[in-house]
Amino acid sequence: MSDDLITYAGWGRALRATGELRRAHDPASLKAHAPAIGNRRSYGDAALNSGGAAVEMTALDRVLAFDRDAGLLTVEAGLSLGEIIEITAPHGWLPAVVPGTGFATVGGAIAMDVHGKNHHHAGSFCQHVTALTLMQGAGPRRLTPADGALWRTTCGGLGQTGIITQATLSLMPVRGAMMLVTEQRARDWDEHIALLDGSDASFTVGWIDATATGATLGRGIVEEGEICRGIAPRLKAAKTVPFDAPHWALGKHVVKAFNAAYYHRVPKGGRSQVRALQDFFFPLDRVLAWNRLYGKRGFHQFQCVVPLGARDALRDMLGTITASGLASPLAVLKRMGPGRAGCLSFPMEGYTLAVDFPNRAAARSLIARLEAATTAAGGRIYLAKDALSSGAAIKSMYPEFPDWAKAARAADPEGALQTDLVRRLELRT
Amino acid sequence: MTDTWIILGASSTIAKAFTRSVAQQGAAVILAGRRMDDLEANAADATARGAAQATPVAFDARRPETFDGVLHAALASGGRLNCAVFVGSMPPQAAIDADPALIDGTIADSFTGPARLLQMLAPHLAEQGSGAVVGVGSVAGDRGRLGNYVYGAAKAGFATYLSGLRNQLGRSGVHVLTVKPGPVDTAMIQGLGKQPFMTTAEAVVADIHTALRKKRNTLYTKRIWWPVMTVIKLIPEPIFKKMSI
Repeated sequence: MSDDLITYAGWGRALRATGELRRAHDPASLKAHAPAIGNRRSYGDAALNSGGAAVEMTALDRVLAFDRDAGLLTVEAGLSLGEIIEITAPHGWLPAVVPGTGFATVGGAIAMDVHGKNHHHAGSFCQHVTALTLMQGAGPRRLTPADGALWRTTCGGLGQTGIITQATLSLMPVRGAMMLVTEQRARDWDEHIALLDGSDASFTVGWIDATATGATLGRGIVEEGEICRGIAPRLKAAKTVPFDAPHWALGKHVVKAFNAAYYHRVPKGGRSQVRALQDFFFPLDRVLAWNRLYGKRGFHQFQCVVPLGARDALRDMLGTITASGLASPLAVLKRMGPGRAGCLSFPMEGYTLAVDFPNRAAARSLIARLEAATTAAGGRIYLAKDALSSGAAIKSMYPEFPDWAKAARAADPEGALQTDLVRRLELRT
Repeated sequence: MTDTWIILGASSTIAKAFTRSVAQQGAAVILAGRRMDDLEANAADATARGAAQATPVAFDARRPETFDGVLHAALASGGRLNCAVFVGSMPPQAAIDADPALIDGTIADSFTGPARLLQMLAPHLAEQGSGAVVGVGSVAGDRGRLGNYVYGAAKAGFATYLSGLRNQLGRSGVHVLTVKPGPVDTAMIQGLGKQPFMTTAEAVVADIHTALRKKRNTLYTKRIWWPVMTVIKLIPEPIFKKMSI
């Protein structure tokens, strides 16, 4: 065991931890003595363990079985979803759900029960997991959806029931490995919501200009995608951000100008283009370490979901955001379906809004107000993104929390798997 | 003709990365090592990533009776033979001080075991008149250092062996590449604290493929280790013996 302490951060880089990182190289010798982490794509502190150890899982990344007829893929939990696409797409299969980054690992995708741009049809990630293996204190344990409470505590369960070592994914058959992407301008909030509601595409997502105010509040681009056949252009090599940008790099006027250009890039009448799958699923992965654009203080992402009937409350929240002048270019609006697999899974049928803010005092107090508005609207915030909430707020948003807490206690009675997020939100006390 | 790669020590982190790289090119792989359950998982991974065929074979550098099985599996694959050697073990010097018998196993793992297998393979390689041997040594083999000189001695012996094998097989068109990695982020060095000029298994493998393409004889990876070791080799012994680097 290494006794080197290192300082590491969540994707938002606003929260950090100092502790021991042990890379797992051999699944047979893995012990559930410390929480597991993957590629650390959770924004806040879900993958941090200050003062303790964390097991870094990314070297456990083998494909253990790939049934090309049935579309069943069994992998070790450290494999990333982007790599899975590269392995399965040439054979006509894709993961049924992928989040906005291909760097997320399978273990992380399960622990957060992530969703994608097809959530309204396909549901959440764990709804397509047919089995998984947990390393618990007593040894390895295979779980399936038939395991009831433990399954629902593990899916979206923040890694608190054991270290997820393997999973079997039920893949989605596809007739090609390209995406036909249709982009349309939405001139304001009502048009944006109408386009999202009216979309019958397999993949739908809205980019929102969170600097547009007044009559143009809520304007943006609605992207719809359908998988198609085609010849993939060679992906250009990913670029990286080599240093922390100064704090003014994403200042108000820069963002406003960028957003206006981004909006007008799509012609008035809309357009359709064929793109590589990865470009559609993971547009930001082409810029490695883009989180450094926010400077060394890092950033926060606020993501909430509110029920369908609370769309006006969501519009008011967007109004609060635009009035603050704090938003970055990254703002997403999407209609979600009801699909979710676990007690602490984020999705609910309704609309989800995600906006990035540089980590400053004004942004933190704005996020607190948005969180209160979310609670009032009967919605909830996403634990994969959260860095600022409180235990009381989260417990009120997730009505199945008591069931989760009970099963987590039974699965990890010593509390060895607690993370900074779990302690901050007092989820295990 | 597809390539067949015999991969000795196929459970190691660098071997796993190397296996993937040749699997993606459609090669057949013979995964030789001690832990069959682990090799079977590696074989499944290689197949999913494009290997024409992936065969786990029991192999222990300290048990020459296992060598025939490796050779047979490779010949049965019908591809053009190549071999990559990733075996080696590095017991702490203090453990060797306490139990000098550990030297035998260390030498067998890093030198005599793979050398004997390569010697058995050599006539087949010479006959096919092409193919490659990749032998992974270590910068530790360049000079006997306080902290790991038995491991270093084994790697030095292996490097000299590879140099002779290159001399022999080069005449029949077979290329032999000696790889000398510095510390790589693998299970082997876990617990040793922060290491200088550390690299990753993926980077080592990319360097190996570049070196094979350019028919390099010796590869230091990271490349910084070439000047570093050149300087270390030049330190006169009367001074070196008082140093602890």
